Amino acid sequence: MTITRLTAGSLAAALLASTALAQDVTLTIESWRNDDIGIWREQIIPAFEAANPGIRLDFQPTAPTQYNSALNSKLDAGTAGDLITCRAFDASLQLFQRGQLADLTDLPSMSSYSDVARSAWSTDDGSQTFCVPLASVIHGFIYNADAFAELGLEVPTTEEEFYAVLDAIQADGSYVPMAMGINDQWEAATMGYANIGVNHWRGEEGRMALIAGETRLTDEQWVEPFRQLARWVPYLGRGFESQSYPDSQNLFTLGRAAIYPSGSWEIAGFREQADFEMGAFAPPLPAGADTCYISDHTDMGMGLNAASPNAEAARVFLDWLGSSEFANLFANAVPGFFPLSSAEFSIDDPLAQEFVSWRDRCESSIRPFHQIVSRGTPNLSNESWNASANVMRGTTTPEEAAAALQEGLASWYAPHQ
Amino acid sequence: MPKSDKSPSDRQAIGRRPIRWHIAVFLAPAVLIYTAIMIIPLFGTLNLSLFTRADDGSRTFVGLANFATLFGDPRWSQSFWNAAWNNLWFFIIHMLVQNPIGIALAAILSSPRLRFATFYRTAIFLPAILSFVIVGFVWKLILSPLWGVAPTFLDAVGMGEWFAPWLGLERSALTTLALISVWQFVGIPMMLIYAALLSIPDEVLEAAEMDGVTGAAQFWKIKLPLILPTIGIISILTFVGNFNAFDLIYVTQGALAGPNYSTDILGSFLFRTFFGFQLQLGDPHMGATVATVMFFIILAGVSVYLFLIQTRLRRYQF
Repeated sequence: MTITRLTAGSLAAALLASTALAQDVTLTIESWRNDDIGIWREQIIPAFEAANPGIRLDFQPTAPTQYNSALNSKLDAGTAGDLITCRAFDASLQLFQRGQLADLTDLPSMSSYSDVARSAWSTDDGSQTFCVPLASVIHGFIYNADAFAELGLEVPTTEEEFYAVLDAIQADGSYVPMAMGINDQWEAATMGYANIGVNHWRGEEGRMALIAGETRLTDEQWVEPFRQLARWVPYLGRGFESQSYPDSQNLFTLGRAAIYPSGSWEIAGFREQADFEMGAFAPPLPAGADTCYISDHTDMGMGLNAASPNAEAARVFLDWLGSSEFANLFANAVPGFFPLSSAEFSIDDPLAQEFVSWRDRCESSIRPFHQIVSRGTPNLSNESWNASANVMRGTTTPEEAAAALQEGLASWYAPHQ
Repeated sequence: MPKSDKSPSDRQAIGRRPIRWHIAVFLAPAVLIYTAIMIIPLFGTLNLSLFTRADDGSRTFVGLANFATLFGDPRWSQSFWNAAWNNLWFFIIHMLVQNPIGIALAAILSSPRLRFATFYRTAIFLPAILSFVIVGFVWKLILSPLWGVAPTFLDAVGMGEWFAPWLGLERSALTTLALISVWQFVGIPMMLIYAALLSIPDEVLEAAEMDGVTGAAQFWKIKLPLILPTIGIISILTFVGNFNAFDLIYVTQGALAGPNYSTDILGSFLFRTFFGFQLQLGDPHMGATVATVMFFIILAGVSVYLFLIQTRLRRYQF
């Protein structure tokens, strides 16, 4: 556009055109978070535009289930937006390897993110990062504080106390001790195995050893979480085998269950549904452990379309995502999705505060099967859903489940062969 | 059209046999649309199954290697045969439950003494026009151990201990889903058979009555043989429908077809392979391989019906 006007011969016109361009850069954001459309359009984008005149943003979400395929087609066709919300791990890595996402390693704010935060959007060796880490979710247990007060229960910190609390609720009989089902399978693996297991395999240490092939899934620290899951079964509601994820959510928010193993992403929804006080506790420590670990799972990043004509403006925005202004806006607009930058931010929601406070006293890690080890067939992450659900259903022993996972992983992953 | 309308010039035209363009013109829309949206994608799928994709996104021709993986690799073949057997069981339940019930309902509905026949017909057919999503969701709620009416109802009639979370147990989940599907679609065989029964001329039935064949004997000896071709059509529709089924499983059990893959049928297996699921990235080439095998299974089933069964069915012209 500028070139054609230059050839038209008028310097003034060219100047005008370029200033018009500078004012008119509109960046389109691709995202699957259509739930957050109001938050972006009404809070985040106006704040950015106010601070950065000349750059306009347009948030264009797609339905979550269609996002990956729609995005791939748009990128292939060259019609994708400038900014791409990145799924964690392989889906985005693949886009980067195909040259569709730009390298953002040299972005100034990149240094304010931890290695764990960046791992979801870095190459396997960690040398290049291609998305800005946006948000993570923290696993833990949400409990009905009114019920705890009524029964005179203390928040458990060790596994022993945890089972004592469950026994007490069971003995009282007015609440289902724990709201959890296995119908949708992922609860068992995500809210069960990954939630409590991180204390057993000692966070990043165990996760890295697994990727390097130094531990086997049949080792004690990977089998023990399965045994814990099997121990949970008597405390679950009747017919938990066909209890679905929304069933569990309703069971808890209706005040019929006392403890809900889950994660911080529930906070916003529970605030609307539940009319009792809620609290949260971190995964209880196994006997003899002194350091606590939490699953602070990277969930969402933001990358730059390599073919974007507005790369410079987009980088300004991506850099701004590392600021405390964005962190504050985002953390309070979507409580339970925590900013990953080291920028200071404060959260108003006490439940979200409780979750995020664990970052200070515990070691953060991510879900163990998300990076690298779920790249082949059979897919370790999906298999772990099935294995965890089978253990809870009682059709597989913890040892058999772990052996099956190990066998599946070893069938394609060289470090385990 | 009365014969006298034909003019001499018409007869001449028949004699010259000009090229009958109108046939091609009238067929064209159907042929073009069918080719564009059915035939070409079908061959595209067959073609896709002969390639594989390297890490850099390039395609390479591998011949039948994908099929060798599907049937040779212990994991792939285990998943595939699990899905295939589950699918067969799904079909068997439909044949054993849906179609006999459909025939029985049609026989009852066609009885002239039945009152409110139209109401029953509509009520029984109604689920067939509902979306899978609604049916799956409604039944999930009915059978829910937490808020379902099934446990409450069984408790009320003193059979509470018979209740189990059927959709969550490996041994009962698939059969439960098959029965839900039967509930939804029993109206279709019923309607087809009902129409076939109504088309039996009264003369035939009157003749049967004259010969002393009445009541149940009349159904078994006269009506059933006359509706056999329709039953054949229903069977083949059920077969094709069941081996293409996917929606109900996906809606109630999700793409992993739990518990422990016990409700995994070919459709859900194809979905997981082709589109991927969660961290599992989709593999269009293996997916196309599964789709191709499904196509051949259905083709084989339809061929068996067309060449072995349909040719032996007696048809009666009235």
